[in-house]
Amino acid sequence: MRRVATLYRTTVGKKVLMAVSGVVLFGFVFVHMLGNLKMLVPPDAAGHYAMDVYAEFLRSVGYPLVPHHGVLWLARLVLLAAVGVHIVSAVQLARLSRAARPRSHAKEQNLSLAYASRTMRWGGVILLLFIIYHILHFTTGQAHSSFVAGAVHQNYVSAFQNPVVFLVYLVAQTALCLHLYHGVWSFFQTLGLNHPKYNHLRRPFAAAFAVVVFVGFLTPPTLVLAGVVS
Amino acid sequence: MKLTLHVWRQSGPNDPGRHERYEADDVSEHMSFLEMLDVVNERLVGQGEEPIAFEHDCREGICGSCGMMINGVPHGPKTLTTACQLHMRSFRDGDEIWIDPWRATAFPVLKDLVVDRSGFDRIIASGGYISVRTGSAPDGNAIPVPKDNADAAFDAATCIGCGACVAACPNASAMLFTSAKVAHLAQVPQGQAERWDRVLAMVDRHDAEGFGNCTNHGACQTACPKGISIDYIAQLNRDLIRATLRARPVEAGRDA
Repeated sequence: MRRVATLYRTTVGKKVLMAVSGVVLFGFVFVHMLGNLKMLVPPDAAGHYAMDVYAEFLRSVGYPLVPHHGVLWLARLVLLAAVGVHIVSAVQLARLSRAARPRSHAKEQNLSLAYASRTMRWGGVILLLFIIYHILHFTTGQAHSSFVAGAVHQNYVSAFQNPVVFLVYLVAQTALCLHLYHGVWSFFQTLGLNHPKYNHLRRPFAAAFAVVVFVGFLTPPTLVLAGVVS
Repeated sequence: MKLTLHVWRQSGPNDPGRHERYEADDVSEHMSFLEMLDVVNERLVGQGEEPIAFEHDCREGICGSCGMMINGVPHGPKTLTTACQLHMRSFRDGDEIWIDPWRATAFPVLKDLVVDRSGFDRIIASGGYISVRTGSAPDGNAIPVPKDNADAAFDAATCIGCGACVAACPNASAMLFTSAKVAHLAQVPQGQAERWDRVLAMVDRHDAEGFGNCTNHGACQTACPKGISIDYIAQLNRDLIRATLRARPVEAGRDA
């Protein structure tokens, strides 16, 4: 325990928490993106949308071993904890960094070319605001003009027929894409997952992951806006 | 060449400091950057003014003394080059050059461009050593070291402790320096005895000195005049995590 406390006290330990909570969130984002692709599946003979069937599955999975919504709430608690740990560590680390460099250099040049790495902190704030909006929009419905509880497919389509909503999601997904690119690469680096044989694959993997998530999330809304999915 | 310099002048640790403008009219492109400052200083001394204080020693790129921020880049515009090995042919006639000391809480400015880098010495003292038997020298090749490990350890050991990594880092982190020292000793057999205690102690000291945390930008490896890779930071992180997981109860090994 003493050594775990030592690890946590170090800046590296806080980064490890960032990485571990981050990987929980990568996993969630990826599965969420796969789930959203069900919007592209046409309704079955009985008129049920794949998205609604999937949503009902998420609500009832594990029943009767666990109550309805049991697994859903467990997942929500894990995600909430991961987001909490991620934000607390980020704030602590950002404050330490600020204290370490109270005055910047004259004509400071940017030696790290990655735009993504320089925008992690503000990008994170944008994502937090987006998550709050997103929950109010599709989970609780206050931010949705024609929300019908439980009708996931219908809510999705009616939301993205509005170009303004589409634009908000486009901005958020761009922020997510950049955040994931630097985050996935940082995950390998922070946990020391490096090896001369596959080091050159880490950045391409991070880029591919970020792009797959970006394209995966934005394909269904684009098709809704274009009128292909209704 | 004619150059305009904006040099950070600070008479002591408590002086707030300011940039001062100097015209350098008689600069040869064959001069090193430090020789250019020498010429400016000779004129200042001739005028009865205080010369610009900057640290220097070997002037051949191996001692690590001469670090300074030149136009916002540690050691100036040339990669893999210390300020003393930078020549004025890297600049153009009429250029304006801004010169700053390293800026970090852990590197307080002593005077003008000279900062106190003894924080690095304290990081080394906390664990950057190995315990060896004193007395007669051991036989040279008594302990075999795999070639890959020897090369990786040597690459890490080329760190000259100049502090460019700290200056380049947006968080003023000294992780590249610390990781080079940790990785250097972690990859050779002689460094194994203290390997796990070393990484814990050195990272602890790094943080206590007030250096920031690494956010994996990679600016340090771009700035490093010795081209030290941030792969060593990953190795430090891995060793620190392993050191934590390896924790054994004190009673281990005792007879039941």
